[in-house]
Amino acid sequence: MIPPRGWKRWFVALVVLHGIIGCAGFFAPYDPAEQDRERPYVPPMRIHMMDIAGHFHFRPFFYAVQLRAGSFDQFEERADQVLPLQFLVSGARYRLLGLVPSRLHFFGASGSRIYLLGSDAYGRDQLSRILLGGQISLLAGLLGAGLTLFLGVLIGAAAGFYGGWRDGLLMRVAELFVALPWLYLLLALRAFLPLSVSPLRAFFLIIVVVGAVGWARPARLVRGVVLSAKERDYVRAARGFGAKNNYLLQRHILPQTASVILTQAAILVPQFVLAEMTLSFLGLGVPEPVASWGSLLASLQQYSVLVSYWWMYMPALAIVPFFLGYLGLASALQEDAGAGKIEKVTSGGRW
Amino acid sequence: MSMARLSTFGKWFSCGLLLAGAEIVSPPAFGNPPQASSSEELLTLPGEIGKQGGRIVVSLRAEPKTLNPLTAADAPSREVILGAMQADLIHINRATQLTEPALAKSWKVSADGLQYTLTLRKGLRFSDGEPVDADDILFTFRVCLDEKVHATQRDLLIVGGKPIAVRKLDAQTVVFQLAKTYGAGERLFDGLAILPRHLLEKPYNDGKLAQSWTLATPASQWAGLGPFRLKEYVAGQKLVLERNPYYWKQDAKGSRLPYLEELVFLFVPNADAQVLRFQSGETDLISRLGAENFSVLSRQQSSYTMSDAGPGLEYNFLFFNLNEPGEKTPPDLARKMKWFREVKFRQAISAAIDREAIVRLVYQGRGAPLWGPVTPGNHRWGNASIPHPQRSLDKARALLKEAGFTWITGPNGEPALVDSDAKSVEFSILTSSTNADRTKMATLIQDDLKQLGVRVQIVPTEFRSLIDRVTQTREYEACILGLVSFDADPTADSNVWLSSGGTHLWNPSQAHPATAWEAEIDKLMEQQLAGPSYEQRKKWFDRVQELLAENQPMIFLASPDILVGAKNSIGNFHPAVLEPYVLWNAEQLYFKDASGNVRP
Repeated sequence: MIPPRGWKRWFVALVVLHGIIGCAGFFAPYDPAEQDRERPYVPPMRIHMMDIAGHFHFRPFFYAVQLRAGSFDQFEERADQVLPLQFLVSGARYRLLGLVPSRLHFFGASGSRIYLLGSDAYGRDQLSRILLGGQISLLAGLLGAGLTLFLGVLIGAAAGFYGGWRDGLLMRVAELFVALPWLYLLLALRAFLPLSVSPLRAFFLIIVVVGAVGWARPARLVRGVVLSAKERDYVRAARGFGAKNNYLLQRHILPQTASVILTQAAILVPQFVLAEMTLSFLGLGVPEPVASWGSLLASLQQYSVLVSYWWMYMPALAIVPFFLGYLGLASALQEDAGAGKIEKVTSGGRW
Repeated sequence: MSMARLSTFGKWFSCGLLLAGAEIVSPPAFGNPPQASSSEELLTLPGEIGKQGGRIVVSLRAEPKTLNPLTAADAPSREVILGAMQADLIHINRATQLTEPALAKSWKVSADGLQYTLTLRKGLRFSDGEPVDADDILFTFRVCLDEKVHATQRDLLIVGGKPIAVRKLDAQTVVFQLAKTYGAGERLFDGLAILPRHLLEKPYNDGKLAQSWTLATPASQWAGLGPFRLKEYVAGQKLVLERNPYYWKQDAKGSRLPYLEELVFLFVPNADAQVLRFQSGETDLISRLGAENFSVLSRQQSSYTMSDAGPGLEYNFLFFNLNEPGEKTPPDLARKMKWFREVKFRQAISAAIDREAIVRLVYQGRGAPLWGPVTPGNHRWGNASIPHPQRSLDKARALLKEAGFTWITGPNGEPALVDSDAKSVEFSILTSSTNADRTKMATLIQDDLKQLGVRVQIVPTEFRSLIDRVTQTREYEACILGLVSFDADPTADSNVWLSSGGTHLWNPSQAHPATAWEAEIDKLMEQQLAGPSYEQRKKWFDRVQELLAENQPMIFLASPDILVGAKNSIGNFHPAVLEPYVLWNAEQLYFKDASGNVRP
């Protein structure tokens, strides 16, 4: 087996990360909306191998926690209630990859809930919320980037290929979009939308809003590539042989834009994940009790949370590997494109 | 942010007891403060003997819109006016919740309860040194009752459909003639600031009263009877008040109050920023704290002490849209309004709500669950016989079944409630987007009702547009709000309970009461308004509370404690559960040592 090199390495890493988020229901121990009102703001629970008596256990375990008397958010471990870590347990219902109904969870404990990353203001499991919140944020990023690229390629290719006044018009519109203060535009757009929207509708609204705003940059890049590609000798030759516009675009010109599009995709996805997070952070994203990375971070707007419960920062860490992956992929793709490797791959029609 | 906090304050619009305020002042140098002379009848206050001097700085969450007591309707304006610049004839003691003499040293009520004879203190002076006499009182009432002035306290001074008639007996004695007996009695006079005739009569006669006292008016043009007078107003930054040398109270040793030389209000619109300023020692007092910030401050208290004054008068509640569906009502909403108008539906929702969890998770235990509008902070008016049922999903289910609702199995296998037309029961709850507490309550209720098979969506909305939806367009399904009474007396909330009231939130400003029980509440409220004795009025208001508990137009949730903090060096600090929580005895506050006065 040949070790993956260059962009492939990043790609594999990203597939693994997305796989985890895709199967979040399996890896998350609990239903992300389930409240445990006796245990708000539980700090991440400690994994033990040694019990109080000093005996070593092969199976890691937790001690159940309870509120310290007279306190609201100070917890203490109960030495009399041992919660051994169990794997592949049956728990809350979920749908694997959003399709297959299942109750199987990667790990869990019986007797009391365990909080690997602590709990939030309502006693909801932070780990489950981060994992399932990732589904919303990443999917919004991926679909938003897809929509943007679709629009960008369509408009960019049209402008570059047909030229003339169409090019002028489309590119002026694109400039307008680039110049727009998009955050305010998003806020304004969201304000026009109906007052109460279901989480699903809110999610698709975000994708459409986010996707529809960002097309200008990829469109300009694609237009540039198309402009140079359509003057190439082999394109002229094909035209000379009577090739129609559609054929030229599909066979000769659009494949040239592949490296640009791929690089753009790798840049746009994290950008749009961030856009979704911004909207959710400001309370304009998916409503409660559905989690997304942005809405998880929104509780940090409160000073008291900021200084008291450090585990509420965790969602911010969750995005780091994803962003590194995407940015690594983008720069590797760019390098490969410079070396002409991408073209080899894409000309095989495998992308 | 400011509006959100405002939302805690019920009477954003013109609810009765907007504390009228007093005035501000600041005559140019008058030399040394006059010494108490024998011709003056100063009010002697009990309490620790303090030291003169010093300056207290407090945060105000928004810039006051005005300092004119006639037009002050917003909470920050009232806080300044009420806390420091105003004085009234008879005052409600914020700690005891009972009335006590203020500018009037004594009063008599006639046997029929229609005539109040008030005797003024001798030697009273406005903060610019001008003497006060009965003509100032007459002038004040003339202005307040003038429709053209649009004074916020006008409604209050119309008793039994007629304005109160005021007559002067001599320079110290004024007679007030009411058309009908008034249950709350002399509480009427609380918060009604006495205006300086010598400054305001000319502008009033010229019809220029509104322009003559604005924030732009120089300090020398103000005069009031409160412990402090205006020194400097810096737009967007701060308001500096200085000691009123003519103030009419003294301590037990005979030194004229107030002790403090200056009282400074900083405009700090953000609650978290207020916490930071207090923590760093920039401000000396803090009030209106959320439970979370309170526990953050409590954890590291050293130079200051945080205290929990107990439940206040704020009551938070969920209410449904009980308006009559009109032609413009969207069909979807009209369909849902049928559920809302079903009393068993409302009772079921109430039974399913976990109020203890709200107190624990929203207020960190620093609050009280509510089943009626009268909070435990109100000592005299609560109806002890109102049941406090524990949360019961079984009872909720039984009620829903009786009302014709049934359950089906939803798409994910969970039970879903449907109405008699097999439409699934779901509704949205509006909350103010800047009020984290109420959004939290909504999130808990959402989960409570999920267990009944009811789907709830939470819609955080900007406060003004929320109020607009509730009172104007009336396009909403349910909403969580909170109200704060200004006084423990039920008359303060007439506007909420009377069906014609603008704050009768579930169906405001009705021409005729829409339901039999609203008609009964109207009658009871009017009876108690004129009621002869406390016992009789209490009986009537108890019945109002019963009707509210039975019909659940508001599903009462919880009341937060009044949480405050003060530097250890401040003496006579006795927080009250009535507004203004920490400044109600501003004239008695003092610094115990000189070092308390040194600030970074």
